[in-house]
Amino acid sequence: MSGLLSASVLAAFLTAILVQTMPLILAAIGETIGEQSGVLNLGIEGVMLVGAYSGYVAAVSSGSPWIGMLGGIAGGVVANLLLLVLNTWLGLNQIVIGLAITVMGEGLTSVLYLQNYSKHPLSVPGDSWAIAGLSDLPVVGPSIFRQSGIFWVLLLVMVAVAFLLARTNWGLSIRAAGQKPSSLDTAGGSVIKTRSSAVLLNGAFVGCGGAFLSILTTGTFTAFMTGGLGFVAIVITMLSRGKVSWIVITSLLYGIAVAIKNPLQLIGVSVPADVFQMLPFVVVMLTLILFARSSIVPPALGSPYTRGAR
Amino acid sequence: MIEELPRFRRIADGLVRSILPVVLALVVAGLIIVAMGSNPLDFYAGVWKYGLTGSNWQDSLRLMAPLMIIALGLIVSFRGQLWNLGYNGTYLLGSVVASGFGPVLYPVLPGWIVTAILIVGSLLVGAIWAIVPAVLKARFGTNEIITSLVMSFIAIGVVNLLIKGPMHDTNPKVTAPQTATIPREDLLPFLAGTRVHVGIVIAIVLALVAQFVVSRTSFGVRLDVFGASPKAAQHVGISRSWMIILLFCVSGALIALAGSVDVLGNVTYQRANWNPAYGDAVMPFVFLARLSPLAAIPLVGFYSVFANGGINAARSVGLNSDFLLVVVGLILVFMTITEYVGNKRRLGQSYLPVGMKQSVMAIFGPRSSARPASGKVTT
Amino acid sequence: MSSMAAGPGVISLREITKAFPGVVANDRISLDIVSGQVHCLLGENGAGKSTLISILAGMQQPDSGTILVDGAPAPINSPKAAVDLGIGVVHQHSTLVPAFTVLENLMLGETGLVRNEKRAVARLEELSELLGARIDPKALAGDLGLGQQQQVEIAKAMWKGSRLLILDEPTSMLTPQAIEKLAESIAQIKARGLAVVFITHKLREAYQIGDCVTILRGGKNVGHIGAEQLASLSEAQAHSAILAAMFGEDITTPDAADLAGATEARREVDDWGGGAKSVRLQLSGVATHGHGHDTDIRNVSISVHEGEILGIAGIDGHGQSALAEVVAGQRSASAGSIRFDGEDIARRGVRARQKLGLRYVTDDRLYEGTVAGMSVAINLVLKRIGQAPFWKLGQINRKAVDAEADRLIGEYAIKTPSSATRAGTLSGGNIQKVLLARELTDGARFVVVNKPTYGLDLKTVKLVRQILTEFASSGGSVLLLSTDLDELVELSHRIAVISDGEIAGIVQNDGRGTAERVGQLMTGAIEGTHA
Repeated sequence: MSGLLSASVLAAFLTAILVQTMPLILAAIGETIGEQSGVLNLGIEGVMLVGAYSGYVAAVSSGSPWIGMLGGIAGGVVANLLLLVLNTWLGLNQIVIGLAITVMGEGLTSVLYLQNYSKHPLSVPGDSWAIAGLSDLPVVGPSIFRQSGIFWVLLLVMVAVAFLLARTNWGLSIRAAGQKPSSLDTAGGSVIKTRSSAVLLNGAFVGCGGAFLSILTTGTFTAFMTGGLGFVAIVITMLSRGKVSWIVITSLLYGIAVAIKNPLQLIGVSVPADVFQMLPFVVVMLTLILFARSSIVPPALGSPYTRGAR
Repeated sequence: MIEELPRFRRIADGLVRSILPVVLALVVAGLIIVAMGSNPLDFYAGVWKYGLTGSNWQDSLRLMAPLMIIALGLIVSFRGQLWNLGYNGTYLLGSVVASGFGPVLYPVLPGWIVTAILIVGSLLVGAIWAIVPAVLKARFGTNEIITSLVMSFIAIGVVNLLIKGPMHDTNPKVTAPQTATIPREDLLPFLAGTRVHVGIVIAIVLALVAQFVVSRTSFGVRLDVFGASPKAAQHVGISRSWMIILLFCVSGALIALAGSVDVLGNVTYQRANWNPAYGDAVMPFVFLARLSPLAAIPLVGFYSVFANGGINAARSVGLNSDFLLVVVGLILVFMTITEYVGNKRRLGQSYLPVGMKQSVMAIFGPRSSARPASGKVTT
Repeated sequence: MSSMAAGPGVISLREITKAFPGVVANDRISLDIVSGQVHCLLGENGAGKSTLISILAGMQQPDSGTILVDGAPAPINSPKAAVDLGIGVVHQHSTLVPAFTVLENLMLGETGLVRNEKRAVARLEELSELLGARIDPKALAGDLGLGQQQQVEIAKAMWKGSRLLILDEPTSMLTPQAIEKLAESIAQIKARGLAVVFITHKLREAYQIGDCVTILRGGKNVGHIGAEQLASLSEAQAHSAILAAMFGEDITTPDAADLAGATEARREVDDWGGGAKSVRLQLSGVATHGHGHDTDIRNVSISVHEGEILGIAGIDGHGQSALAEVVAGQRSASAGSIRFDGEDIARRGVRARQKLGLRYVTDDRLYEGTVAGMSVAINLVLKRIGQAPFWKLGQINRKAVDAEADRLIGEYAIKTPSSATRAGTLSGGNIQKVLLARELTDGARFVVVNKPTYGLDLKTVKLVRQILTEFASSGGSVLLLSTDLDELVELSHRIAVISDGEIAGIVQNDGRGTAERVGQLMTGAIEGTHA
C-alpha cells in the first residue's frame, strides 16, 4: 500500500491541488470584490468561460501563456461591460443580467470554439519556473516549486488585493457601497465609480481564473469546461465573507477534495467525482442551516443605488 | 374602471414590450451569424422548416410540455418576489423519480397506478427539496437566490449518484451510466393521430388554472400583496413565512413535475450528467409574459418551435446548438433594456442616469449640466 | 451685520427653484447664510426645507438659480462638491454604516490610497473636545445610542474643516435634556466661526437656538427675521411675527400656535369618564423576542379603557414598533397575556383581531400600510380580502369592492381621481386618510396608531387628530404611539413612557406640567440605561 503512495504520486497530487485551486481562488477574489461593493455577479460562470476562451486564443496565437493570461483578463473585462452598463449604470436587474451573461458566455464560446479550433485543436505552450534550490526537494520540489511563473505572480497579486480591501480608502469605499451606499454618497464618495471599479476588477479576476483553467490547468479549451466552477466561486465567496485568506483556505479544501480522487483510487477506494463536486455546496448549506447567517452577504447586495430613493 | 392609460394603449404597450426584445435579439443573432460567415436567412428558414413543417410541429409541442410547466413553476415564485433559481436541479430530481422508479414499478403494478405514483412522487420530491431554501428564507431571511442555486447543485450531484448507483440499468450490457428505458406502452398516451403526448394538455390546463387563481381569486390578491411588499402582507394578516414556504413548494413541485412528465412522455430514460437546463431558456419568456400564465403560453410556444427547429437549423449553417443560448441571452439583455426605456418614457424622465448624464454633459461645457432636464414637470 | 450681502463668509442662495412632477418644492428661494450665526429654517412639513437642504448638500440640482460662496458662484453638483466647499450635513436619517467602526465611518470619502488612521484619530479628538463628547473610535456605529450616533454624525459633517454645518431636524429624536446638550455644542461650533443652519418645525427651538430665522411656506421664502431684529424682539413678539409668516391667513392663530409648537401644549380631548369605563385592552407582562434589529419590549403592562386615548411617549426606536405589532397581532408575544374585552387574544392572528374590531394604523404608510401598485379600492379593502361581500366563493366581486371604496372615499374626503387609481400616486396626507378609513370602518372598537401625523401637512395633521378624538368620544379606544410630545399632551388622557422596551412610568394628563413629567421620565430612563 505505502509503495503506491510514492513520491511521484504525492507530487502529482500536490500539483493537481494547486492547479485545480488557482482558478477558483481567482474567481472567488473577483466575486468578493464585486459582492463587497454590493454587486452580485451571477454571470461569473459565463465570464469565466469567456476568459478561458479568450485566454486560450491569445496563448495559442501568441505562443506565450503570459499573453494568454492577459487575453483572459481582457475577455473577462469585456464580458463584464454588460453588467457594468446595464446594472451598475442603468440599475437593471442583476439576476436577469447575470443569467444572460452566463448563457451567452456558454453559447458564444462553444460556438466560437467549434468554428475555429475544433478541427485542429492547438495546445498551449508550457512555462514553468524552477525556484533555485527549492525545486530539487523531494515531493514539494517538482510540485510546488516548479509551477509556472504566472502562479508566483498571481500569489503576489492576491496579497495586494488583500491589502487593498483591508487597508485602503478604496477598500473602505467598496465595503461602504455594499453596506450602505447612501452613506458613501453623502460622504462625497461616488457609489457608481466605486461599483464600476469593482465590476471591472471582478471581470479581470474571473477572466484571469478562466484563463488559468484553460492555459495552465488543462492546457486546452473545451466547451462548458468550467462545469459549475463559477457557482462554486460564488459559494466560496459567501463562506469567506470578504477575507482573502479565507478564500484561499476554502478553495484549497475544495481543490484537495477534487484532487484526492486519484490517490484514493490508487489505494483502492473509489468515490464518484460527483461526491466531491457536491461537497462545497453541501458544506455551504450546512453552514447556513447550522449558523443561520443571514448576514453572510452585505446588506445592499443586489440592489441598485438611486440617490434619494429609499 | 379608469386607468392612467386607455386600454388599447396598455395592450399595445404590453405587446411591444413582449415582442420587441425578441425581434431585436433575432436581428442581432442574425448579425452574429453573418460575422461567422453564414447566411442568417438560411438559419431562420431552417428554424421554420425544422420547427413547424411536416410533423416537426409535433416535436415542438413535445418540447413545450416541460417548458410550459417549468414556466408556471417560475411564475409562482417570481410573483411572490422569490427568486427560485434551483430549477435545473429540481427538474432533474423530478425526472429521476420517473426514470429511476418507472422501470422498477411498471412491471409489477398496473400502468396507470405507476404513472400516478411517479407523478405524485415527483411533485413531493420537488416540494420537499424546495423546503430548505424556503425555511431558511422564512426563518432567518437568508438570501434565497444563493440557497436555491446551491440546492440545485446538490440535486444534480444526487441525481448523478443515483443514476450511476442504485438506479443504473440492471441490464449488464448497458455500461454507460443511465437508467433503464421505460417501454412505449407504459408511457403517457399520445393525442389522437399524433406523437404528441398528453403532457402538453396537462401544461395548458395547469396554465389556465394558474391564470384563474392569480387573476380572480382572493389568493391571487394575497399573492400580489405579498409580492409587492412582504411587510404589507404581514400587516394584512398574511403569514410571510407560510407564504414563502407555500410558494417555494408549489414552484418546486411544478418544476419537478415537468421533469417526470418529460421522462414519461418524451425521453423514456435518463443518462448521468444530462442537464437540459430548460429553466434558463424559459426564464426570459416568463418575464416577457409579465408573469401571466396565460401570456406565457404563446411565448413559451414560440420558444419551443424556435428551440426545436433551431438545433437542426444551427447545424445546417455550421454552428452548434449552443447558439440557441446566445439567442436566449440576447433576449434577456434586450428585455431589460426595453423595460428600462419603457419605464423612463412613461415617467417622463431622462434616459440616462444622473451620474452618467453629468459626465456626458461635461463634455459640452460646464453650463449645460445646470439646465433643467428636458421633458420634466408639468405641474 | 447687514442681510442680503453676498461677500466673504457668506453662502448666498439666489432664486433657487426646484420642481418635481406636480409640485414646486422650491420657488425662487433666496437667502444668506452668514458665518458665526445659527440660521434657523422654519416651516411645516412640505414647505421645501428638505429640498433646499438636498440642494445645498449636492444631492439634488436646482432647476434654476445660483449659489454663491464668498461672493463667487459655486455650483454644487454632487455631494463631493458640497464636501469640498466645506458644507457638512447631518441628515434626518442616519447616514452611518452600522457595521463600520466610528473611525471607518468618519474616514469614508477620504481620498488617497492608504488610510491614515493616526491623523484621523487626532482629528476625532479635536472634534470630540469641541462637541463635548467622548466617542470611542473603535466602537461599531451600530452599537452606539442615538445621542452618540448624532454626535458622530456631526463630527462626520465637520470632518473636512467645515464652513457650514446643516442640521436637519436634529431634535426630533432627542430627549429634552439631550436637546440642551446639542444647543451647547452648536454654540461652541458657532463660536469657532462656522455657519450653522438649523432646521426645525418647532417655533420654540427656533427662537432659543437661532440667531436669525427664515420661514418657508409652499416652497417660498415668506419671511426673514434678521439677527439684530430677532435680538430686539421679545419671545412673544417673535412668535407672532413668525406665525404670521408661517401660516398667513390659512389657520386661526391659536391652532397655528399649537401646531407649530409655539406654546406649551395642553390637553384638548374631553374627559373619558375615568375608571368607571370598562377595560378594553389589557396587556400584562408582555414581551417579544428576537425580531431583527429593532428593540424588543419587556414586561409591558398597560390597559386601555373604553373611550380612552392612551399615549405612548418615547424616543424613536425604543420598542414602539414591537408594542404596536404585538397588539395588532403581527408579532407574537413571547411572554405575558393580551386581553381584549376580557378575552385572551394572545394566540390570535391579525385577521382574527381585525374581526374583533382591533385595528392598526402603521407608521410605515408607504411600504407596510398600502400597496403602492394596487388601486385605492383594493387598498381600502386590503384587510378584508376573501371576506363577503367583496369575495364570493373565492372570487372577487368588483362591484361590491368599488361601492365600498366610493363610500369610504366620500366619507373621509380622500382626494383621488378615482377608486381605480394606484394608491402610490396619492399624496402622503391622502394615503393616511386611506389607512384611517380602512381601519376605522366596519366595527372598529380599538385602534393602535403609530406616529399618525408624522410628515403630514398641518391641515391633515389637524384632521387626523380630529378623527382620533371623535373616535374616542364615540366610545372607541386608542393606543397612540408618538414621538411628538405636544401631540401626546393634546390628545391623550394618560401618557405612558416607553424606554428601551420597557414602560418607565405612566402620567395622568390632567393639567399643566404633563410634558415636564413625561420628559423627566424619558430622561431618567435614558440616563439609567444609556451611560
